[in-house]
Amino acid sequence: MRYLPKSPSERRQMLDAVGARSIRDLFGSIPEEFRLERDLDLPGPMSEAELIRYFRERAAENSVGYTSFLGAGVYNHLRSVVTDTILLRGEFLTSYTPYQAEISQGTLQAIFEFQTLACELTGQEVANASMWDGSTATTEAVLMAERITRRRRVLVARSVHPEYRQVLDTYARNLDMRFEEIGYTASGQIDLQALAAAINNETAAVLVQSPNFFGVLEPVPQIAQIARGAEALTVVSIAEGVSLGAVRPPAEADIVALETQSFGMAPSFGGPYAGVIAAREKYIRQLPGRLAGETTDSLGRRGFCLTLATREQHIRRERATSNICTNQALCALAATVHLCLLGKQGLQELAAQNIAKTQFALAELEKLPGVRRVFRGPVFNEFAVQFPRSMRMINAQLLRDKIIGPLPLGPYYPELTKCGLVCVTETTTREEIERLACAVRDTLAVPV
Amino acid sequence: MYPSDYRYTKEHEWVRVEGDVATVGITDYAQHELGDVVYAEMPKLGTKLNAGQSFGTVESVKAVSDIYAPIGGAVTEVNEALGDAPETINKDPHGAGWLIKLKLSDPSELAKLMNAAAYEAFIAEKQTEASAS
Amino acid sequence: MAHKIKKAARNISQNEGLIFEKSAPGKRGMELPPSDVPAVDVQSLLGDYARADLEGFPEVSEIEVIRHFTRLSTWNYAIDLGMYPLGSCTMKYNPRVNEHIARLEGVATEHPYQPQQLAQGCLKILATLQRCLLEITGMEAATLQPAAGAQGELTGLLLIRAYLESQGNPRKKVLVPDSAHGTNPASAVIAGYEVENIRSDSRGQIDVEQLRNIVTEDVAALMVTNPSTLGTFEPRIAEVAELLHARGAQLYMDGANMNALAGVAQPGRFGVDVMHLNLHKTFSTPHGGGGPGAGPVLVKSHLEPFLPVPVLVERNGQLALDPIRPRSIGRVRAFGGNFGVLVRALAYILAYGPGIRQATEDAVLNANYIRKNLEGVYDLPYSSPSMHEVVFSDNRQKKFGVNTMDIAKRLIDYGFHPYTTAFPLIVPGALMIEPTESESKEECDLFIDAMRSIAEEAASEPELVKTAPHHTRVGRLDEVTAARKPILRWKRNADTEDRS
Repeated sequence: MRYLPKSPSERRQMLDAVGARSIRDLFGSIPEEFRLERDLDLPGPMSEAELIRYFRERAAENSVGYTSFLGAGVYNHLRSVVTDTILLRGEFLTSYTPYQAEISQGTLQAIFEFQTLACELTGQEVANASMWDGSTATTEAVLMAERITRRRRVLVARSVHPEYRQVLDTYARNLDMRFEEIGYTASGQIDLQALAAAINNETAAVLVQSPNFFGVLEPVPQIAQIARGAEALTVVSIAEGVSLGAVRPPAEADIVALETQSFGMAPSFGGPYAGVIAAREKYIRQLPGRLAGETTDSLGRRGFCLTLATREQHIRRERATSNICTNQALCALAATVHLCLLGKQGLQELAAQNIAKTQFALAELEKLPGVRRVFRGPVFNEFAVQFPRSMRMINAQLLRDKIIGPLPLGPYYPELTKCGLVCVTETTTREEIERLACAVRDTLAVPV
Repeated sequence: MYPSDYRYTKEHEWVRVEGDVATVGITDYAQHELGDVVYAEMPKLGTKLNAGQSFGTVESVKAVSDIYAPIGGAVTEVNEALGDAPETINKDPHGAGWLIKLKLSDPSELAKLMNAAAYEAFIAEKQTEASAS
Repeated sequence: MAHKIKKAARNISQNEGLIFEKSAPGKRGMELPPSDVPAVDVQSLLGDYARADLEGFPEVSEIEVIRHFTRLSTWNYAIDLGMYPLGSCTMKYNPRVNEHIARLEGVATEHPYQPQQLAQGCLKILATLQRCLLEITGMEAATLQPAAGAQGELTGLLLIRAYLESQGNPRKKVLVPDSAHGTNPASAVIAGYEVENIRSDSRGQIDVEQLRNIVTEDVAALMVTNPSTLGTFEPRIAEVAELLHARGAQLYMDGANMNALAGVAQPGRFGVDVMHLNLHKTFSTPHGGGGPGAGPVLVKSHLEPFLPVPVLVERNGQLALDPIRPRSIGRVRAFGGNFGVLVRALAYILAYGPGIRQATEDAVLNANYIRKNLEGVYDLPYSSPSMHEVVFSDNRQKKFGVNTMDIAKRLIDYGFHPYTTAFPLIVPGALMIEPTESESKEECDLFIDAMRSIAEEAASEPELVKTAPHHTRVGRLDEVTAARKPILRWKRNADTEDRS
């Protein structure tokens, strides 16, 4: 087998050296009743060519050839081949967690740069080396707020991604925490009056997402002001990182949970992505996840090492800030490379293009009879649209034109039937937007 | 080495009493075991502690040690200087490296603690055990 | 001195500052295709929501990005360069074809919310992987959602809680051996349980007699790693399972050491109720400097109703993800699992097929070969047979003032990554060594050679070992100052230019 670097004679030599007649002797410590006498019933073995063919066949059973207007937390953005060039370097791809700093300086410096970029993007003071994704980062950010304030109540905007809220619920159910949902207004933003009425001195944090699930930007300064009044923390979750190229960062927040998938990670049917938690420096010891810090060696040479490890599970065990061990390091590297390539100008331009395409798409769709924008609030590259027919019908028609249409909102928000979420990025062409509008118009023109 | 007017616990804390104010720290043995101290987590002022209750932690790069109140009382002061200079705990564990001050609730609890000679014997025994293993 | 070190030699590596230190206004590394829609005045559209500036964001060219990260990469050790003898990490070869496959159009490009009839290829990948993992583990149902081993542990414990709740009492405690990985107790706490640490017996194994006294009605589960973190098989695992079950508790198995069992034994048959696997260990997905991984959870049928949503089902010949499960514990992650990692794991399994047993046999052979050759040189605290990893201690070297950390650092000069130091906690001064099946006899011999040489150095030139490494770009780093005065980001105008 090509992954095993031993010849039969070498195996024999090694067995002799160990004093075993056959390899079976080395498994003697497994009770006989558990030792498998048969081969496992598994498909394969496959050569490299067969593997590629197998997965190409699977790939052909997916959505190749379709145009998609899906977003909702996973975004199609341009990627550079430079990113994979770096990621595929064996010294990054096949290296271990940088616990042995002297031979991991590449990884550690890259993490330090990632942490810096996360701070620049979010307007926060410290950031960690990555969390599993935006949804778990958001959950851990809320748990962090609970540890810091020692309060148990969290106010969660209903406009936060439904699956993010589900994850939060799964985690918090057993931790003596209470969540209350705060609704949204006609602008699509959190109901500030309801928030102010609900907040009290048992509130650990207010959680919002911006842009939220509807694509609408939340008024973070006002939210933070209300929270501060009750000495609660403001936690902001960001699923679409590119928005930070044009939208002011949530500097008033205490903790930010950012999903970095938009920076160089393909959608890949749900993962792997990379979340990150950024926060004020004073909360540093409550941050979960790894941290890379700058230091020197005995000759005064600058170097980097993992630091503040006493927060983590391998030292603090049941009292750790989190159970996280393996993180999303390679994906965070992708984000770092991508952001360095884009740079300041590139990110600003990218964000501007997303906005321009989105405004164009909005205008095209609103021209259609009976189609209207649902929320008045400012959007980045996603918006909710209401149609005069059911989303199921419209999307079924669009599929015939090889268009994957808006994400129906009804299943998540029963009051929003006949509404769909449209996402448009720099990868969506004008022609595709016009085709979408055309296809919708044609669908609506057919009598029911 | 171990001041004779201090009292000591099996968890390697020391306490010095002046009137009804007790100053608490960790011993030289403890700081040596821990290695370079990087951080001390302290309780809030006013916290009421019982004897034996954990009131914070002292951390090195790779370990965390809980610290326990030798006697009961309310926290009246914490050593703020340790925030910028945690190494003081290593350099002067019995003096400038003090951790907290307590207003004693029950001075008679002091009698349950070891005096300097008893503590020195206690750690000598520990060291013999360690080198035998 | 140099001739003793056979695997590595000094080499020139490039210096490189922080990317921010190379930044200058006006440079860019990536150009965007021009927009085909009318431009929008972002500032006036967004008003108060507009961003003023991206302070401190780097501005560099493409060539600088390539050079920067390429230079950084040359400062790393990696599996592609040689063995990582890290115990319980299973640092095996990451097959390159898996990288190609994960990037295929139609695999990398798929959105988790696309209509399921347009995701049948992805769903088939999930279904096939699930089937394979169930066969390998001998378990009955699976979820591929958890993003890492630790999340798998949490998921497994939440499943146990949900099951026990359905039986009337979720109970209060989880038993965790003192030899367990730190994620075990940390995960138990998040699942809302208290942790009770239990001591291993004199052979480093579960003390079954102690267990009889400890398993009360308050105990929800025992978390066991098998083989243990000492690399030895728990001989009384079936008895342990029976004991727990008789008292209404569950057996959780941490599958981190599956590299000793795949194709040879199925944990499902030991009485395990729920376990997780680390795909980035046994199943070869790349560590990438710390992640991503994946921690699928496999269960027996009594836990199946509680699995996270959505659950993979087959309906009318089509695969689908079913979000409606009234008794489910909910979601542990948005959008499903780390699909790209799952793809790589499936490719690994398909490459081997039933022959996966051979990998396990080679892993165990390598570990035993190393053990045989280093017994007598390093102290072996437990004499039980080793499976895929072996744990020594630094007892013999301590008398020269040399400890496991020092030996590990000196191993770096010999061209290897250190083994796992200071874990498991039950072995003071541990050297935990797991070569994996990816190492040739030659690499194993070089490792043995290096370890013998260092043992000699410890006796004759201990200072050399205590101040190692000597041949790296940077020496031992000041971790104390890094923790006392953390500098966690670059700042403009901070006085941190490299002064070396």
